[in-house]
Amino acid sequence: MSGAADNCSNPINLLLVDDEAGYVNVLANRLRRRGMGVDKAFSGAEAIQAVGKGAFDVIILDLKMEDMDGLEVLRIFNSMALASKVIMLTGHGSQAAAREGLRLGAFDYLTKPCGLDELLEKINEAYLSKKIP
Amino acid sequence: MKKDKGKQSQYYQTLTRKMILTVIIVSFTPMVLVIAILLQQFNASYHEKTHAHLSELVQKHKQNIDSFLQEKLSTIEFLASTQRLSRLNDNDFLYETLIKLRRDYDNVFVDLGLIDEKGIQRAYAGPYELEAADYSNAKWFKKAISEPEFISDVFLGLRGFPHFIVATRVKKNGGFWLMRATVNFNAFNSLVHNFQVGRTGFAFILNRTGEFQAKPNQEIKPCSQCYSFFWEAVEKTRNNILITRWTDDSGRENLYAVGSLKNGDWLLIVKQQAEDAFSDLNRMSNIALLIFLVGGTAIIGMAAFTSKQMVRRIRKADQETEMMNKQIIETGKMASLGELAAGIAHEINNPVAIMVEEAGWMGDLFEDEPFAESKNLSEFKRSLAQINTQGQRCKEITHKLLSFARKTDTTLKDVQVNQLIQEIVGLSEQMARYNKVTMATELQPDLPFITISPSEMQQMLLNLINNAIDAMSKSGGTIKIITKLSRLEKDHIVIIVEDDGPGIPESNRERIFEPFFTTKPVGRGTGLGLSICYGIVQKMGGKIDVHSTVGEGTRFRIWIPVQK
Repeated sequence: MSGAADNCSNPINLLLVDDEAGYVNVLANRLRRRGMGVDKAFSGAEAIQAVGKGAFDVIILDLKMEDMDGLEVLRIFNSMALASKVIMLTGHGSQAAAREGLRLGAFDYLTKPCGLDELLEKINEAYLSKKIP
Repeated sequence: MKKDKGKQSQYYQTLTRKMILTVIIVSFTPMVLVIAILLQQFNASYHEKTHAHLSELVQKHKQNIDSFLQEKLSTIEFLASTQRLSRLNDNDFLYETLIKLRRDYDNVFVDLGLIDEKGIQRAYAGPYELEAADYSNAKWFKKAISEPEFISDVFLGLRGFPHFIVATRVKKNGGFWLMRATVNFNAFNSLVHNFQVGRTGFAFILNRTGEFQAKPNQEIKPCSQCYSFFWEAVEKTRNNILITRWTDDSGRENLYAVGSLKNGDWLLIVKQQAEDAFSDLNRMSNIALLIFLVGGTAIIGMAAFTSKQMVRRIRKADQETEMMNKQIIETGKMASLGELAAGIAHEINNPVAIMVEEAGWMGDLFEDEPFAESKNLSEFKRSLAQINTQGQRCKEITHKLLSFARKTDTTLKDVQVNQLIQEIVGLSEQMARYNKVTMATELQPDLPFITISPSEMQQMLLNLINNAIDAMSKSGGTIKIITKLSRLEKDHIVIIVEDDGPGIPESNRERIFEPFFTTKPVGRGTGLGLSICYGIVQKMGGKIDVHSTVGEGTRFRIWIPVQK
């Protein structure tokens, strides 16, 4: 909540990447309500397209998608030399993938399903670390 | 199941029977063969020996008797041929000669007489009043006068006393004269009377009409049928000795050795009971039979014993194999169930996440107008909170399910089990005390380090302890954790978690390691705790089992191998 308050004037730009449309939509609504600018991508390909168009502070990336593995998307992001911080969403027990993601330069990971408070906290951390490297 | 067991025990019974039969046949056949062949050989050679012995005896006696008779005859012949008729016809000379002969031949001669060709005894010397006796009608005389020499059968004659005559025909002064002597029957009889073979063997002499010429030393019943057979047989065998067997009227089998005497006029017969003649053989047969019986009994006993023993071992091995197969199937089932569960958990995670978020979104929206004034706002909020709570529960369940398939932290470390257990006991004590449960440990010091994932071990022990606490939450009790080196399994550490709670009913005991099996009330257990334990122990290369008695308590034992 504190994050939302801090960033009222200068909202955090978020990109939500997950092939579960229902999840992305509701999460986008809730985050927007907390004052964030949220873009949605429903596949790895869409995410890469979206990243090409606009600059995001934080990208929330599901590691398990049908068209493209999250780690693959992450590699492409790396090749694009993005300034965005990436928070990964992993299934339970896929710590190995999460660790691999961290090695590829992701900011952190969260285990799905996670509470909104937890997610907000991570987003704020990522945003702050982007501003003050 | 019961039918199967019946079939199985029948199978093992058949196996036992077959083994016993095989062993008996294999060991009996050579034994029977050897004993039979030996007995047969022994039998044959013993018969041969007995027959040869009897034959020799008869032969010797035959010679004795024949030479006895011949000697007496020669004496008379010598006397008759060397003396003039006038002297032979002189009673005094005959007396003198008789006395001399008696002295020389030990009283064998009873009397001497000279008979003319008409059968009148012209001179006589002897104890009887037989001077001028007329033998013209006597059978023996007719025979004797027609042959150069003659030996009569035993007969009573004029004197009424058994005797026999040796006579020789001489030609003197143009006429035939018969010089005769009577031979003392007792002297002759003693030649066969004292004969004895074995316990029952004796000898006697028969003439052609079946009368005794020399009496045996015991009473016997004459057997005319067999005697006529002997005559025939002896004539066929010529001078040889006939050995034969004959069963008498009383059913007793006798062994006969028969030889001819006196140029075929008499028969020398030796009779012995077969039972006596072959007593050694019978004894031998009895011993062989005894050995056979004792050996046979021993073989049958041993065959039965060893076969039973062996089948018992086979049965045990079979059972072990069966159990192992069962375990392998069980492990496979667990693994596939685990994978299935993990898949489902993943699939469920997304809808649950959406539900929870949607509920959260509704909660967000309630803050706006006009919901704030809604009458049922608090109820809506409670309902949303409930959705959230239940979503969290779903999350926990899926987390546990996933732990069953994929372990959280699988990094292996060298761990001192006792230390780990003490930490876990420390963690659980608070909750235990709350449920009136006491924790106790009995840890064997200086246990070797084991290489495992500490968090997995922690999870497993916590599951077991939590189960025990749950089981005893009503009544309270004690949980005891024991560690020691396994005595049965080499290089294994045993960890025992036991409680004195209500126990696990037998019907549940087989299923407790199955995923989703739970006896806890709905909402309190996922049925995964023990499955996870099972999976962890399997992964460590160990094993877990459970012993439980209803009303007394439950004991889980975990074996973990020590890597060297």
